[in-house]
Amino acid sequence: MEAKTPKRVFYIETVDRTQRVSAAIFSVVLIVAVTLPAFASRDLIQNLIFLFYMMALAQCWNLLAGYAGLISVGQQAFVGLGGYLLFALTSPGGINPLLAVPVIGIVSAMLALPTAVIVFRLRGAYFAIGTWVVAEVYRLVFAQFKMLGGGTGTSLDPQVTSSVPGIEWVKALLNVRTPAARDIISYWLVLALVVGTLALVYVMLRSRRGLALGAIRDNEAAAAGLGVDIYRVKLGVYVAVAAMTGMIGSMIYLQKARISPDAAFSVLDWTAYVIFITVIGGIGTIEGPMIGAVIFYLLQRYLADFGAWYLILLGALGIVVMLFAPKGIWGFVSERYGLTLFQTRRKLVVRGEESKRSQRA
Amino acid sequence: MIGWLDALIQGVLLGGLYALFAAGLSLIFGVMRLVNLAHGDFIVVAAYAILLIAGALGLDPFLAALIALPILFVIGFALQHLLLNRTLGRDLLPPLLVTFGLSIIIQNGLLQLFSADSVRLRSGAIETASIPLGGGIAVGVVPLLTLLSAIAVIMLLNFVFYRTTIGQAFRATSDDLEVAQLMGIDVGRIFAVAMGLAFAVIAVAALHLGLRANFDPTIGPARLLYAFEAVIIGGLGSFWGTLAGGIVLGLAQTVGARINPEWQILSGHLAFLIVLVIRPRGLFPRALD
Amino acid sequence: MPLLETRNLTAFYGDFQALYGIDTVLEKGETIAIIGANGAGKSTFLKAIAGLIHAAPESILFGGMPIGAHGAADIVKLGIALVPEGRRLFPSLTVEENLKIGAYGNKARGPWTLDRVYSLFPILRERRSAAPSTLSGGQQQMAAIGRALMSNPRILLCDEISLGLAPIVIADIYAALPQVKADGTSIVLVEQDIIQAMKVADRVHCFQEGRLSLSGRPGELTRDSIHRAYFGQ
Repeated sequence: MEAKTPKRVFYIETVDRTQRVSAAIFSVVLIVAVTLPAFASRDLIQNLIFLFYMMALAQCWNLLAGYAGLISVGQQAFVGLGGYLLFALTSPGGINPLLAVPVIGIVSAMLALPTAVIVFRLRGAYFAIGTWVVAEVYRLVFAQFKMLGGGTGTSLDPQVTSSVPGIEWVKALLNVRTPAARDIISYWLVLALVVGTLALVYVMLRSRRGLALGAIRDNEAAAAGLGVDIYRVKLGVYVAVAAMTGMIGSMIYLQKARISPDAAFSVLDWTAYVIFITVIGGIGTIEGPMIGAVIFYLLQRYLADFGAWYLILLGALGIVVMLFAPKGIWGFVSERYGLTLFQTRRKLVVRGEESKRSQRA
Repeated sequence: MIGWLDALIQGVLLGGLYALFAAGLSLIFGVMRLVNLAHGDFIVVAAYAILLIAGALGLDPFLAALIALPILFVIGFALQHLLLNRTLGRDLLPPLLVTFGLSIIIQNGLLQLFSADSVRLRSGAIETASIPLGGGIAVGVVPLLTLLSAIAVIMLLNFVFYRTTIGQAFRATSDDLEVAQLMGIDVGRIFAVAMGLAFAVIAVAALHLGLRANFDPTIGPARLLYAFEAVIIGGLGSFWGTLAGGIVLGLAQTVGARINPEWQILSGHLAFLIVLVIRPRGLFPRALD
Repeated sequence: MPLLETRNLTAFYGDFQALYGIDTVLEKGETIAIIGANGAGKSTFLKAIAGLIHAAPESILFGGMPIGAHGAADIVKLGIALVPEGRRLFPSLTVEENLKIGAYGNKARGPWTLDRVYSLFPILRERRSAAPSTLSGGQQQMAAIGRALMSNPRILLCDEISLGLAPIVIADIYAALPQVKADGTSIVLVEQDIIQAMKVADRVHCFQEGRLSLSGRPGELTRDSIHRAYFGQ
């Protein structure tokens, strides 16, 4: 009689029990968010618009820096680009702002490609400053366009803001006036954008490319040794993030309805705050930027009046977190309690043995 | 014709200022692979320090700068020893983000202390003095001094790096951190001394910044960008290269300004990008690295 | 009391365990050779002593003093110098500067001066102003040893000094060791070349997958026992 060796079965598990719970919670939150305009004040809606687009920007920066290891302090280039493209494309005789958004995404990607090829010649900290220089070039170039307001900027034609589809429908449905209706439409657009960004990031990270990104995040040299084409993956992420950032920028300026080079390409608003959000929340995770955005929103709401002191506090907080809790708040919680809301890790499950061994992948 | 010649001369002189900005950055990156994103802001801090000392003691800026020099050395040493040494390691993010945070803190701290008004270091008659070169072209005494200071600083840095024991320690640490420790080199202390030295150079840069133009709390980041561009254009690993880089940048800016005054800064950035594309290692890189 | 002792020395590279409790003893004036296959933990052992890898304080004792947790700069100041694997001369420094920097941490006076190192390895005097990359492998190895000697160590740790060198060059380098020993310096060498190791060592240890598999005097060990200890059974 032959001794039988137990048959071992290996499989990769990407969804477990906590996932179903968080999926349920997320769905509920989403439903509440969508129906919010029916019972929320205009003030709250405006604040949430701000929260959502900062969250979306942070998700993008996180993908770039936390996963692909591309620490950029020049993403404001694409925010400003998106804003200015919106103003340019929708100017009298142009296209509807809603149609402009995907076009802006494509144009941003197209400009990001040569930008990346140039900037990728630099490494590490020098890469970071290089992206800043590029953003400055974008700013200075756009300041030259007199028809877009030159150095002082310009306002969006009221015709454009009122040509956003759905305003009349919202006015009738929720019994609000035009400006409030515009805000509500903006709110839904930005909500769609942040959910879309989240979905895109989530799907990307669960894909094969995402596995490569996780590998790059954990140990670049080892990833290269395994055959991951680092350059192409990074290029792809840079271009994709540029497209998303450009679209977010266009939404931001659709809502603000006024643009100037210094504001659109502001390092503080579109990089410093975004980095702060990502770092405080937890870099290299999907949950991190979400938590960071909420914290930042609260800080901004209650402390922004303190002007320079507020910014000093933010800077100091960022430094302290970087030194003592580099994984941010979510990183700390996640490690302590083993929680993950958005599962992108792969678990190796071995069945057929007494003990179930699972490995982080 | 005269206008172009003048632009060239001004460009070279401006390059001296940029070389001063860049020398400290180059030193720090060379020794410890650290880029201090608050570099430009520290130059502004030093400028305000010189202003304060000059005002409090009734001195001219040159003497005030002399007093500020050792103070800045100590600040740099302390900064590295207490804060930045903790950020160094394999991960790229901490030093970048900590220095970025510092940049924000410094700018806003200076705003609180000094308001957003721009100020200047007053040096009396020398401010407007110039040396005529004939043909209607004159070289300002202050810009000339700046260029000469840049050359002197670079000669000094080369002397320290190549003719002193501590310079050997700098180079060894830069080459191979692990083996440097095997020599008994306390790398933490070496980094702190290097940062102190960089801050002393920052003091000199600040003097010339303040003499040449107005300054206010927010101009730091732009100086960082110029310093960085000068280093990259010149090539990593060589102090003379950094001087060359500064001069190329200065020339690009003044020539661009001659074509259209609005294009001054943009021309500099474009020159940087062009060099990055055609000679990514810079114009005068060291053979190694 | 032995000059150097390791007690249950364990060491990790991240999550990977490289040493599983090594017990060794080095007496003053002794020369010990460590042999073993690649990845057996030999270099790790030297690095732990030299302070490049973290170890428990009590697991390494120098003259009875626990030094396991000391940093590398402190270790060389105490009188233990490592000639690292692969030579690792400083490329930005000339040959002479490389030698001089060896004395950076240890200002303690001793028999080894620049002159004496040049007498030991005359070719280095000829090439004193050259860049290390222009030296041959053997010359670089001599420079690396000279650099370590400049700190006047009581214990010299040599990591694979024969690696990549032709036999005649290896012989030249090993010919220099008796002069080092003459001053009473103790030596721990990690060697791939078993024959060479057996020639110079007072005692030999064999490592196998992070564990000590054999110890003894060269004369006492048989080829078979070494073979078994080297590859494991």
